[in-house]
Amino acid sequence: MKVLVPVKRVVDYNVKVRVKSDNTGVDIANVKMSMNPFDEIAVEEAVRLKEKGIATEVIAVSCGVQQCQETLRTAMAIGADRAILVQTDEELQPLAVAKLLNALVAKEQPGLVILGKQAIDDDANQTGQMLAALADLPQATFASKVEVADGKAQVTREVDGGLETLSIDLPAVVTTDLRLNEPRYVTLPNIMKAKKKPLDTVTPADLGVDVAPRLKTLKVTEPPKRSAGVKVPDVATLVQKLKTEAKVI
Amino acid sequence: MTVLVIAEHDNASIKGATLNTVTAAAACASGDVHVLVAGHNAAEAAKAAAHIAGVAKVLHAEGEQFAHGLAENVAAQVLAIAGDYSHILFPATAGGKNVAPRVAAKLDVAQISDITKVDAADTFERPIYAGNAIAIVQSADKVKVLTVRTTAFDPAATSGGSAAVETANAVAANAKSRFVGQEIAQNDRPELTAAKIIVSGGRALGSSEKFQEVMTPLADKLGAAIGASRAAVDAGYAPNDLQVGQTGKIVAPQLYIAAGISGAIQHLAGMKDSKVIVAINKDPEAPIFSVADYGLEADLFQAVPELVKAL
Repeated sequence: MKVLVPVKRVVDYNVKVRVKSDNTGVDIANVKMSMNPFDEIAVEEAVRLKEKGIATEVIAVSCGVQQCQETLRTAMAIGADRAILVQTDEELQPLAVAKLLNALVAKEQPGLVILGKQAIDDDANQTGQMLAALADLPQATFASKVEVADGKAQVTREVDGGLETLSIDLPAVVTTDLRLNEPRYVTLPNIMKAKKKPLDTVTPADLGVDVAPRLKTLKVTEPPKRSAGVKVPDVATLVQKLKTEAKVI
Repeated sequence: MTVLVIAEHDNASIKGATLNTVTAAAACASGDVHVLVAGHNAAEAAKAAAHIAGVAKVLHAEGEQFAHGLAENVAAQVLAIAGDYSHILFPATAGGKNVAPRVAAKLDVAQISDITKVDAADTFERPIYAGNAIAIVQSADKVKVLTVRTTAFDPAATSGGSAAVETANAVAANAKSRFVGQEIAQNDRPELTAAKIIVSGGRALGSSEKFQEVMTPLADKLGAAIGASRAAVDAGYAPNDLQVGQTGKIVAPQLYIAAGISGAIQHLAGMKDSKVIVAINKDPEAPIFSVADYGLEADLFQAVPELVKAL
């Protein structure tokens, strides 16, 4: 079966972003960009399924600006076989991405779509679920373990309070949690090989999808700052301050 | 404009997150607030929902297919009654996050995640970039599908309401997805997201034995919930569901004590709205000190037992 892995190019997770002074957004000019960490886990899981002989082909997909090609090359260096870029300069929101992916699911007919559970820029945690709804596929979100056999996936999910296991019929949509796996490092020879792998570019119009944003961002502001605290010299002072000053114990 | 809240419940009782969501719902529109309880043998939960202050009507959908809150089944049930509502709100819990986007996509509307403030019926605030920025977004969609960051809204009172409980026609199960089993961590402590005090440990604890040995007495003494940083969870010192941060639980207790936690952006995203933050760390440069109200530069293996004794 084919596995489709959507990946997103986001501001690197180590970067502390700054809000623009005109409050129109965060300043991402000249900031290091990387693959969304949850998507790396998704690519790794797909490649492991291929190494086990369960997946026959791993297709990485990214939606966005031309530079997303770099993210797709990274996915192919991890082990994806080919890539599709849905290129647009428009702002893409999760519903639009889910529709684009739905169009690709219809075209490629993958047995499994593996996405990250959320992107660390918009923190939405929506695209996988939306894709599952649009494609009318079962979903298993926040996966920490995936086992594929007999046309079904048995997925262990991280839920509030512990773990839950579901059995879903394939084709299906799975979104990854942090503990699903440890993504491998890409090696130089694999980066070189990835450059030769096929990368197709399509546009939202080719897929017949209207990607106009539904939500308008009126303003982006700094979160309220915490006032500077104090350092206390010892435990006794700490307890005394918590009791008399902060009055929390 | 009537507003629908999807209750989080365990069939016997309503979970705390629902109460905060009801408060957010009341802020969305001037109309009635209805609550959907979709469950299996959930009459008790529906009754409890009817007592929540501010709830005008409880819709109770009963069926085995709702026993474990599978997204496919719950979303189908919400969609069956969605037509009458201007806003549909879910708590931003693992359950709510799982179902809400399915509902939104089927309604062909954008979903707004993790709202922290309602500015107007169509305008909401939400954190982005791990809480390093707040976006104010406006929705032009006819139905607003929202998930609510529960720590940002006060809980509605669990009594004082006298809503009618109506039976909703239960939608049949989706056969493509089945519940197999669960492993719920045994825990008699306060729930992490609702606790007044949280003591949280990081990688510096060194092992799961040490984590238990050092953090448990402090939590016991304070009647606190125990949390952990991602580093501590990844290292296996604490179970996953204790993780506080961007990708774990978002908490805002009265008092948050971080022991041996450096304070990475992703961790701060989960706890920086706590009222009082205490940091115990032996590294004077640890970023946690920049958000802590009280910082103690000390070895946690000495400071924490000392703290237990002093309380």
